[in-house]
Amino acid sequence: MHTSELDDAKEKNDDLVQGPLSAGTVAPDFTLYATPDQQLSLRELKGNPAILAFYPADWTSVCGDQLTLYNQLLPTFREYGATLLGISVDSAWCHQAFAKDRNFHFSLLADFEPKGAVARQYGAYEPHLGVCKRALFVIDKEGVIAWSYISPMAINPGADGILDALDALANSSQSTPT
Amino acid sequence: MATLKVPVSASDHRQGSAHAKVTLVEFGDYECPYCGLAYWVVKKLQQHFRDDLLFVFRNFPLTTAHPHAMAAAVTAEYAGSRGFFWEAHDELYENQDRLGPPLFRAIALKHGLSDEELYLAMQDGTYVPKIKSDFNGGVRSGVNGTPAFYIDGLRYDGAPEFTEMSQMIELSLVRG
Repeated sequence: MHTSELDDAKEKNDDLVQGPLSAGTVAPDFTLYATPDQQLSLRELKGNPAILAFYPADWTSVCGDQLTLYNQLLPTFREYGATLLGISVDSAWCHQAFAKDRNFHFSLLADFEPKGAVARQYGAYEPHLGVCKRALFVIDKEGVIAWSYISPMAINPGADGILDALDALANSSQSTPT
Repeated sequence: MATLKVPVSASDHRQGSAHAKVTLVEFGDYECPYCGLAYWVVKKLQQHFRDDLLFVFRNFPLTTAHPHAMAAAVTAEYAGSRGFFWEAHDELYENQDRLGPPLFRAIALKHGLSDEELYLAMQDGTYVPKIKSDFNGGVRSGVNGTPAFYIDGLRYDGAPEFTEMSQMIELSLVRG
């Protein structure tokens, strides 16, 4: 089989992944554009928890928007030492305009080219619509997925699950002998 | 299903009969236009269910999106500390298109309150812990945007409109 055929087969296989990568899985590393000229790699965040919020598209519904809620919760996430990253298949330029318009103070990563490659790795790609699923991952300071959740596309999952997962991480790190 | 994690208590702003059979809790932001529309739906529900419905309002200001949301919440809380919470709450929603210091001041003065005290409360953050406590309880309860409603402790996931909400309240009434 040629490499391209292997890639095609892998892509088809990845698209069939039903759920998100589950707790206990090492979070696949990635490098994506956070601005049109700056990249960010997941491994740079090691040592602290990370929250990955995959979402279908920039510029979707307004009030009660998931990312607006998370933007509001940035000080709370910071109390856990956690970094929030939003990820969708929109381009870095689109993200830049969206973040400016909504006054977001966290990075929106562009899973743009190859489209949805990172989302596919996380089981968070919706191949029929060509967008990310509405998927959440909390990753521990060692880079292992501590919690994951996929919400139906039209339902904003809120932040209670994220905070519960961060609480569990904080409690487990307190009880771990140093 | 998301549930209300902080039970309704005496520290809540409550409107209606203490013997009401159903409790409706709203998490709202005074600057959110959808909350502005839902305000009239709640009024209609209150008129329809009368003593069967207890309404509770909790603050959920999304301040990074709505620059006047926190000051508006403080105005309502300040008025509330002087016995005028619901008056201020209604005036804020009914004048949502002109939220800002002149309106906040006018609301205080209308009820014989001190605009200077209100200004100091805003400067000192007197009511911020209460507002943040409402907010955090909402996040933990699964509030995912505003307005968010809970009918007898269960999050209502439909549209904030009269027919659907009244049906859910009827169901809760039937269940007792």
